[in-house]
Amino acid sequence: MIRWDVIRGNLPLIGAKLGEHLALTLVAVGVGLLLSFVAVLVIRSRPRLAGPFTGFFGFLYTIPSLALLAFLVPFTRLSFLTSEIALVSYTLLILVRNLLAGLEAVPLDALEAADAMGYSRLRRLWQVELPLALPLIVAGIRIATVTTIGLVMVTAMVGFGGLGQVMLRGYNFRNDTLVLVGFVLTVALALAADLGLGWLGRVVTPWSRARAG
Amino acid sequence: MTRVPAPGHRAATVAFDHVTKRYAGTGVGRPGAVEDLSLEVPAGKICVLVGPSGCGKTTSLKMVNRLIEPTSGRILIDGVDAATRELTALRRSIGYVIQGVGLFPHQTVGENVGTVPRLLRWPADDRRARTEELLTLVGLDPATYRDRYPAELSGGERQRVGVARALAADPPVMLMDEPFGAVDPIVRERLQNEFLRLQADLAKTILFVTHDIDEAIKMGDLVAVMEAGGRLAQFGTPEQILANPASEFVARFVGVDRGLKRLALARVERLPLRPAPTAHLGDDAADARRRLTGDPFGYLLLVDAANRPIGWIGPRSLPESGGLAPEAATPMSPLLDLRTTLKDALAMLIDAVVQVGIVVDPRGGVLGIVTAEEITAFARRGPDGAAGEDPTRVAPP
Repeated sequence: MIRWDVIRGNLPLIGAKLGEHLALTLVAVGVGLLLSFVAVLVIRSRPRLAGPFTGFFGFLYTIPSLALLAFLVPFTRLSFLTSEIALVSYTLLILVRNLLAGLEAVPLDALEAADAMGYSRLRRLWQVELPLALPLIVAGIRIATVTTIGLVMVTAMVGFGGLGQVMLRGYNFRNDTLVLVGFVLTVALALAADLGLGWLGRVVTPWSRARAG
Repeated sequence: MTRVPAPGHRAATVAFDHVTKRYAGTGVGRPGAVEDLSLEVPAGKICVLVGPSGCGKTTSLKMVNRLIEPTSGRILIDGVDAATRELTALRRSIGYVIQGVGLFPHQTVGENVGTVPRLLRWPADDRRARTEELLTLVGLDPATYRDRYPAELSGGERQRVGVARALAADPPVMLMDEPFGAVDPIVRERLQNEFLRLQADLAKTILFVTHDIDEAIKMGDLVAVMEAGGRLAQFGTPEQILANPASEFVARFVGVDRGLKRLALARVERLPLRPAPTAHLGDDAADARRRLTGDPFGYLLLVDAANRPIGWIGPRSLPESGGLAPEAATPMSPLLDLRTTLKDALAMLIDAVVQVGIVVDPRGGVLGIVTAEEITAFARRGPDGAAGEDPTRVAPP
């Protein structure tokens, strides 16, 4: 059933597409995180914008991925950029929501104590609020990353789809082995990301496991 | 650059000068508002702000480090208007302890205590040394506690870390908002006593907020009673407030047992001791009988050669003749010393067979006697006996 010679023959392609899959995911989550952070800073200074912002990100999230890609191609062609615009759009809702939830979960008395001890605004955000928001922020990154790894498959339609293209090629050439390789590697990647980020979340918040006794 | 300050006794005066806080869109009387507050806390004293909820005591406290800005008026710290100081510098020079403690959950005990020194850019070695010193000071072994997270501490331990953190940069002023409110009564009492012991050495200027009048009386050198609408109802020593409440409100707030509370504040040394009618072991019984006849008190206190009390001798237990022996003396009275609080003294007298307390010196020698009437009379008297002499008081025989 599985033809090992096909895998051997396509190793360079599979390796390159695995790398591309990873790159698409990392860039999407990275840029998404950056944009979300900026959005959250704006929302914090203008709380009235919270509704419109999350409303817009929610709207982006509801657009079917294929439809969004089809809509973008006339503007940005079959490009890396087209894939990323779509991928980033889908991370924003998750990341903004978790960033906001994380910051809201910071205990009020810790904030008051920070102010009273003479933290500046920026320093308080950086040294008190963000560290305390980390559990929810990392949880958001974890969901966004796993979601993005799946969505990258779809962007194979515009020519930049990582392992999605390996599967697509398998379909086009009636090559079950390539379909299977694309499928298995994508699932493996998603699982690895999920476990890895779960582990990272625990490592960066040693205090959250500390309990009396 | 900035070094650890020498373990000094820095303290500053804190003065409220016609300070008012009103909240937008509301008139006088909104909970938390403060109306024309003026008072001065001398350097090194604990001033307790006490009152019912919404009386503006916490607002007053937070205006000192400008967590809340006054609507009008000034707060002077050592004569300098707090409003003119750079905000973060002002706050780093004022210790702050709150009910929830507000320890940073993501930092260890050591990091929490070192917060303000870190903000002030002390060298790492100085920070570490100061952290160890402070943890020891508040009774937490640095080796055990330094690397723990707040979640691993009990409520009382957290509270101690909070106090250590507030003291870290040796601030001349400390603000404490119900600092012992979140722990159980037994731990609270212990923390209060520990803190008073610390303060005896530190001599910081402390503003302390509580809604508990007993805590106010216990902790305060000065007590500011505030009432709804953010008005200062009375400002004075605990004694003055208990002895002469300025208004119906203050009298009600301090409670119907304010006489008893006064007794808890004063010690036996405050009473004029009456000399005890003593007789020594071996004294002649006939002589003693002569002394008893015509004495309305009717008892002699038998003491040994070192002037230590053995017991009371009345006319009935007096032998016909011969020397006085220990067997003749019954019963004994409560022994008090000069540091016994009048409240404890009264409690002991109420339970005793003879309601006369014998005051003894540290070696057990008799200094004099005190009656329950004298103690209750003190409770009714004004501070230092100045005011409120009670006409119904029965003069002791």
